[in-house]
Amino acid sequence: MPPRYPRLVTNIESPSFIRLRGRSFMALVLAPDMPLATWIAALDAQIERSPSFFDNRPVVLDLAGLPREQPDIEGLLSNLETRGIRVIGTEGAHPSWTGVETWGRPLPSGGRPTRDPTPPDETARRAPPPEPAAAEPAGGLLIDHPIRSGQSVVFEKGDVIVVGSVSSGAEVIAGGSVHIYGTLRGRAIAGFSGNPRARIFCRRLDAELLAIDGVYQTAEDMDIKLRGRAVQAWLDGEAMRVAALD
Amino acid sequence: MAKVVVVTSGKGGVGKTTSTAALGAALAQEGANVVVVDFDVGLRNLDLVMGAERRVVFDLINVVQGDAKLPQALIRDKRVETLSLLPASQTRDKDALTQEGVKNVMAQLREKFDWVICDSPAGIEKGAVMAMRHADIAIVVTNPEVSSVRDSDRIIGLLDSKTEKAENGARIDKHLLLTRFDPARAARGEMLKTDDVLEILSIPLLGIIPESEEVLRASNLGSPVTLLSPTSAPARAYADAAKRLRGEQLEVVVPLERKGFIGRLFGRKVA
Repeated sequence: MPPRYPRLVTNIESPSFIRLRGRSFMALVLAPDMPLATWIAALDAQIERSPSFFDNRPVVLDLAGLPREQPDIEGLLSNLETRGIRVIGTEGAHPSWTGVETWGRPLPSGGRPTRDPTPPDETARRAPPPEPAAAEPAGGLLIDHPIRSGQSVVFEKGDVIVVGSVSSGAEVIAGGSVHIYGTLRGRAIAGFSGNPRARIFCRRLDAELLAIDGVYQTAEDMDIKLRGRAVQAWLDGEAMRVAALD
Repeated sequence: MAKVVVVTSGKGGVGKTTSTAALGAALAQEGANVVVVDFDVGLRNLDLVMGAERRVVFDLINVVQGDAKLPQALIRDKRVETLSLLPASQTRDKDALTQEGVKNVMAQLREKFDWVICDSPAGIEKGAVMAMRHADIAIVVTNPEVSSVRDSDRIIGLLDSKTEKAENGARIDKHLLLTRFDPARAARGEMLKTDDVLEILSIPLLGIIPESEEVLRASNLGSPVTLLSPTSAPARAYADAAKRLRGEQLEVVVPLERKGFIGRLFGRKVA
């Protein structure tokens, strides 16, 4: 799939909406250790067992396990390249090392480790793929206290329900809909991972920002008549609609 | 059973130190054993407001690091004998506060006193977190203006996550102390309304302290306002707040300055 860039969406209804999307990729992290030749040999053995494991996978090289004296990173990188491993960036390089900027882009901070992917042993079995498991029940996240300024609630799997207010400078981010049983003074971001059917509901609107599936409105864009009222917000094509509930 | 109170706000200049001194003195005047602790390491002020700046020998950092014993660092107030001060160090910075050392000092203070009132530094960094860490009760000092309210909101979030009580799954008691309240400006709509502040922060109200020259005068003279001019409007408001802190049920009213007959005649401006 080609990468999608934030794009400008304009129409009469919504004069200045920019669509922003969050997307997460899983990058494999390779952490070479010394001696490099032994490590490369182990890597080759791995590739032997599952030849397509690294195909089209972004790979991050974690250099923190290498000794302080700068090892031959350029050599290591070209070694990986000849094996078809696409290094998108490095991390953990010692600050004294030179040439870091030529090894791929420095990675944004904030990456989280996920569970270790296990490479399939493709030489052993060519079994049919397992039946797709029944969809996980999409539970909501229920929060029964106010969300304070500076706090951020992120729940990608479904709805977020807040029994209380969301303060100015706080944010609630949901993969599904956002429900606020209180005053929404901060930001509410629904349909974060690409769900245009997600909605935002709040008992009192005083929000800094509303966003659904990348389409957003700031306080300035909002209809002044809706301030302080119970509202819902949803997407009508590329335009965000906000209407009073009562 | 000793109660540890942190007086905190996030924002600077809202009246944490003044409130610590005034509430501490008010509680001590009613006979309780009270210590006020300055956690603003590097920018200490509580000693000045308490009028004890010339009697500081050892400080909180000395005790935290084991260079002095707690009784050596405590300064007993000359006006109220059940009131003590544990000053902060002016020459060190907040990094000198170690978690273990602070815990130790707080445990010792709990044994000696009925009330341990900690004056938190502004901000949300280490000093503020250390000051709130062992508290049972938090007094969130807020001015009726938007930036102060937002900072208080942020601090309440920290109180619910970074205190020992919160980490053990319990809830720290939080109270709102609205300070520098100006009834005239409030009437003209130039300040946030009390109801709005309460709605945003949604914690119970401990008291409303009116803006007053008396507070500044007391600070400059090195005395808690509750000791220097106990009949003044802010002193009465602090005394009521102290009573509520002890669990008394009192209706919150905004005390006004008492004016003489002439004052009442000419007290109201025409324009």
